[in-house]
Amino acid sequence: MKKTNMEITEKYLSSLSFATLERRADGMLSVTVPKENLYEVAKFLRHECAEKYNFLFDLVGTDSDNKLGVIYYLSQSAQPEQMLALKTFTADREKPELFSVQDLWDSASVYEREVYDFFGIRFINHPDMRRIFLRADWNGFPLRKDYNADPAVNPVPEKSELISDMERMPSITLKMGERKEETSYVFEKDDYVVNFGPQHPAMHGVLHLRVALDGEIIKKIDPVFGYIHRGIEKMCEAYTYPQMLHLTDRLDYLSGTMNRHALCLCCENALQLEVSERAHYIRTIFDELTRIASHLLGWGCMCMDMGSITAFVYGMRDREKIMDIFEETAGGRLMANYATIGGVARDIHPNFQRRVKELIPYIRKMLKEHHMLFSNNPIARGRMAGIGFLSKEKAISLGATGPSGRASGWHNDLRKISPYAAYGKVNFDEVLRSEGLTYDRYVIRLDEIEQSLRIIEQLIDNIPEGAYAAKTKAVIKLPEGEFFQRVENARGQFGVHITSKGDKTPYRVKFRSPSLTLVGALKAIATESKVADLIMLGASLDYVIPCIDR
Amino acid sequence: MEVKDIRIPNMRYEDFNDNEYLENYVSELREGGVNIFVGKINDFINWGRSNSVWPLTFATSCCGIEFMCVGAARSDFARFGWEVTRNSPRQADVIFVCGTIVHKMAPVLKRLYEQMAEPKYVMAIGGCAISGGPFKSSYHTVMGVDKIIPVDVYIPGCPPRPEAILYGMMQLSRKIKVQNFFKLPDERKKVAESGELKVENGKP
Repeated sequence: MKKTNMEITEKYLSSLSFATLERRADGMLSVTVPKENLYEVAKFLRHECAEKYNFLFDLVGTDSDNKLGVIYYLSQSAQPEQMLALKTFTADREKPELFSVQDLWDSASVYEREVYDFFGIRFINHPDMRRIFLRADWNGFPLRKDYNADPAVNPVPEKSELISDMERMPSITLKMGERKEETSYVFEKDDYVVNFGPQHPAMHGVLHLRVALDGEIIKKIDPVFGYIHRGIEKMCEAYTYPQMLHLTDRLDYLSGTMNRHALCLCCENALQLEVSERAHYIRTIFDELTRIASHLLGWGCMCMDMGSITAFVYGMRDREKIMDIFEETAGGRLMANYATIGGVARDIHPNFQRRVKELIPYIRKMLKEHHMLFSNNPIARGRMAGIGFLSKEKAISLGATGPSGRASGWHNDLRKISPYAAYGKVNFDEVLRSEGLTYDRYVIRLDEIEQSLRIIEQLIDNIPEGAYAAKTKAVIKLPEGEFFQRVENARGQFGVHITSKGDKTPYRVKFRSPSLTLVGALKAIATESKVADLIMLGASLDYVIPCIDR
Repeated sequence: MEVKDIRIPNMRYEDFNDNEYLENYVSELREGGVNIFVGKINDFINWGRSNSVWPLTFATSCCGIEFMCVGAARSDFARFGWEVTRNSPRQADVIFVCGTIVHKMAPVLKRLYEQMAEPKYVMAIGGCAISGGPFKSSYHTVMGVDKIIPVDVYIPGCPPRPEAILYGMMQLSRKIKVQNFFKLPDERKKVAESGELKVENGKP
């Protein structure tokens, strides 16, 4: 059954005279269509296909063979293991324009702004074509291959960018063959606009939210990103594959181990490198320990945002125990820098298994306490009750993966969908909740800690003997082609796309940040709610800003 | 006449790595002689100041998590009088620059620094804040916060351990202790006039 759906899609796509189908080196079906037909094909896949591609996983801007283009990674909520890459190109480098798909997938709205910022491709019918990460006065598009990286072109600015409440959003519309360049206001003329951030103690980083209020009800949120945009994707293009690894840890530093795991898996699949079972087990245990640490911190911060600082101190206290385990084996606390291409950096410390086994009952005991003190606390329950509703359909359309999507009932756990490393060998439940309210997003993280403990429990005593790392060549060169890998990190689906031209450095690297779409989800759930709840709703989604900005 | 005392109660004198450097600084300060009355008042004020330094809650990236660890149960900087983090720069004495500062953030950081009341201090935490660190080759990173604001203490690491941050905090305590409180505005002015933003007195 599952196969036939894919076959129907494939049949449809191959019946199109303008489409070119190919099987990529990593096994994914890739369809290249001319830019004029892109919208039509995308609309079919979104609405009319046998199994609707209702989840736009990521948009990857490209600049190869002197042509600018975009790769759309599409997936389905019904068959989440199915992925499809839709490609389109434009040869125009002066005024590149493509059709927007933001009316088909909500998440496209922010992804297309990102492609515009990095490549200068403007999307027709997208209402908001402002730059997303860089300042409006930035010269050039940094991810283009002909970008002038001279610091004199873009010196460190002296003054803050003046962002007016009456800011206008440029857009191009093409209706009935009539092309118009327009601008529209972000906020209405008599809106009362309040700024949160970029330096705000409860913003979990340097996110800047501009909030239009009607009394104390939020009318509209306009997030401003880029205060920690470090240009990691461009940097990767100059680095060799092992050098790139350490940057992934610093993307979403609370799930650094998992991000690194994704890049390692991507390279290993491309190289067809056999990784030992031992390395898989160790990586899985490390991933789950990181997930526990991240969820404890996320939980503590959320409670802190609700006014309970004690929870934060408790969360950090339990987290320290995990940091100690990391430090003993990997040498680093927050940045374990542990996984490498082919395995892990060094073997586990002799104390590792004992300390992990001591940790499991401790965390279980503490979880009970956390539930007693906070989850069942009538004040906390009352605070979270009935607010921040995110429907399943909206979560899918927004691409709000991870615990936040699972709280709305969307089955999106990659550890279950396409098991990698040792996840196929263990029993655990994907925690799903149905209501999609703030309390669900709160409690799902604590429940996931319990599942992570279960996974670790099953693996810790059975770490197989063998080499902890496979032998790799001194210079790692990926074969020519496009490679893609996604893993489940603490915030959702983290994706890595690598375009390789066969060199020792990648041609293009794209990281899919789960946090970026969560800010889109914040826009959806916080609108019409009270401004006093905004910080807590943001905390319930648990985004990490450096991962958004990359 | 022992006017300047660089010993602090929170850490043993021998445990610091760069005592000689501070001793030279103190003997330089003493060269012209010190008025005992002013000197003693100065010592008293500095005793108070060095034992209650309030940091601003400011973090851009990864180092912020280690900064949170310093504030949490195990390391707990409150025991050294660093007590509370302030959410407004107007109430803070020191700004911990935790994490990378990028072009878009640079003017914001500068404004935060300017909003703080004198005397104010800056600690650059982690490789990014010191020199751009792992993001040195990026097009959007400021290569060290000392390009935009004067830094008092540099704490290397990626990210530095909580212990390293505590060590840096102790160094700042000592720095505060040897300063001449009554001449602080002159010192700042001198730095501003020389055009050199980098304050000499901050060894990593």
